[in-house]
Amino acid sequence: MHELKMKYQGKKMAPAFNAIHTFLFVPNETTHNGTHVKSADDLKRTMNTVIMALVPVLLFSMFNAGYQHFSAVNGFPGNFSVMEHFLTWDNFWIGIIKVLPLVAISYGIGLLVEFIFAVIKGHEVEEGYLVTGMLVPLIVPIDTPLWMLAVAVVFGVVIGKEVFGGTGMNILNPALTIRAFLFFAYPTWMSGDKVWVYEARERSEQILAGATDVDAISGETILGYLAQNKGAAMEAAYSNWDMFWGFIPGSVGETSAFLILLGGLFLVFSKIASWRIMISAVIGSLVMGLIFNQVVEMGWIGETSKFYGLMSFDFWKHLIVGGLAFGIVYMATDPVTGAQTNRGKWIYGFLIGFISVMIRVFNPAYPEGVFLAILLMNVFAPTIDHYVIRGNIKRRMKRLKNATILPKDTDGKAKELQAETV
Amino acid sequence: MGLLTKKDASLILDPLADNNPITIQVLGICSALAITAELKASVVMAVSVMFVLGAGNVVISLMRNIIPSKIRIIVQLIVVATLVIIVDQVLKAYQYELSKTLAVFVGLIITNCIIMGRFEAFALANGPWKSFLDGIGNSLGYGVILIIVGFFRELLGSGTLFGIPVLGDPIEKTGLYATGYENNGFMIIPPAALIVVGIIIWVQRTKNPALVEEN
Repeated sequence: MHELKMKYQGKKMAPAFNAIHTFLFVPNETTHNGTHVKSADDLKRTMNTVIMALVPVLLFSMFNAGYQHFSAVNGFPGNFSVMEHFLTWDNFWIGIIKVLPLVAISYGIGLLVEFIFAVIKGHEVEEGYLVTGMLVPLIVPIDTPLWMLAVAVVFGVVIGKEVFGGTGMNILNPALTIRAFLFFAYPTWMSGDKVWVYEARERSEQILAGATDVDAISGETILGYLAQNKGAAMEAAYSNWDMFWGFIPGSVGETSAFLILLGGLFLVFSKIASWRIMISAVIGSLVMGLIFNQVVEMGWIGETSKFYGLMSFDFWKHLIVGGLAFGIVYMATDPVTGAQTNRGKWIYGFLIGFISVMIRVFNPAYPEGVFLAILLMNVFAPTIDHYVIRGNIKRRMKRLKNATILPKDTDGKAKELQAETV
Repeated sequence: MGLLTKKDASLILDPLADNNPITIQVLGICSALAITAELKASVVMAVSVMFVLGAGNVVISLMRNIIPSKIRIIVQLIVVATLVIIVDQVLKAYQYELSKTLAVFVGLIITNCIIMGRFEAFALANGPWKSFLDGIGNSLGYGVILIIVGFFRELLGSGTLFGIPVLGDPIEKTGLYATGYENNGFMIIPPAALIVVGIIIWVQRTKNPALVEEN
């Protein structure tokens, strides 16, 4: 490989070649000038760590895809056992035919765009897309048509990242840009009760067309139930443990709070993601949830209100349904688009959690707001950092002014006084 | 160029590309975002602005020596307002549906920075013929961008051009829709116009690196 690299050096395709090369090997050259931090984990290792944290989620989602499909067709199994009903080849097969194409399209198209830009601009291919490409299939509904995903990926990578100068320069998280684009461009494919379970949509179309031999599948998400004030129906269908383990409908990879928690712990202990952002985002969402619960308890909002379902939802359960946990662990902690200062991270994370739950309750069209909240805070992150740094400078200036510098002897004191009176 | 000298021609041609009011001077963005969801509205807006700017430039240029400079902004406003009201009334009389789509934005031509900008920068210092050419040139430059943005937004957002379906019927699933294609709802909302204008600026500056500002 090294010899091949020398051969291609300076050619137009060199960046594309180097990308594959450094992915597999440690580069055979070192930086020649300037000081640099020596560390074993370069960007590529960082990204690979995040991907490792995502693999369990991906595997789970493949089983869940099948589980949701067969449960919807045959009814939920009465006495549920993980080995018998969840970890089966049938379930996994649905996952393979539905989830893997999403992953393949996401990586294929995204890396193609990255390679094209690298070759045109003559810089190295940046590794940023490795994580984005894995996140994207996990945050879309399972029935998303592949061409839509491809269009959105091109949009997200070009407009969300490359126009700003590539990895490290982007203002918005590219994966969330892709999700937001899909949401605004094709809302009927991104919300409702027909997109979260494989085949639900085709079946409803068949029924509309007059077919009588198929049953309709309804795969409403938890938040979807609540937004329609169907809390009781939701509780009958899903227990709290279902929500925690993730046996619920939802975007491909967002359902299992348990595996996301494991992934989050892994990221924190490998020091890849910021624990400050995660903790503060959790606090933020709990605070907002508590406020809403209080509003309900005070009787300010009646059962007929359209916000009742979501507002009366126990505050801590917001963390185990929908994409909040996934967003907090894998998206909010993006080091490029998040806040950089420690105090900034606390504020940034808190507001993400706070606003996510607020949008959940108040958004009439779509009962999920995590991606919007994170994108909004992405935009504000530099501002937060700016004021944190400003505040820090101010405090230190004040300390400097108030500090009494003890003179060594009286001569010095006299001199100082003299200097002051001049 | 029998009619136009070389200098006159550049008055018209410059704003079309290298001195475009929208992509280079970044004026008139507001209306470019608001009314470009349909091609027809874009065209009408472009024609309206062309009328207001062309006629307004001539009027201001004719009066340039008698306007006291202290109250020139007010005089300019009166001229624009008069012309805009004429446009508005004509639209209401002959294109009522369209004038409802354009709604407040016809009235807001008054506040379109391009118009006041050309009055101040050009008509106050040049003769009527040159001012007329300048007005036509700048409004053409504005209109070209509006029409490009309108073309892409209507084609991708609604699958139509001038209201005529060109990609098939989305409900009956004919034409392109039979393959599973769907209209892109994102293109209907104004932020899409911002991104399309951004892409036009990007392409333009890539083609002509002289336009890129130094940091």
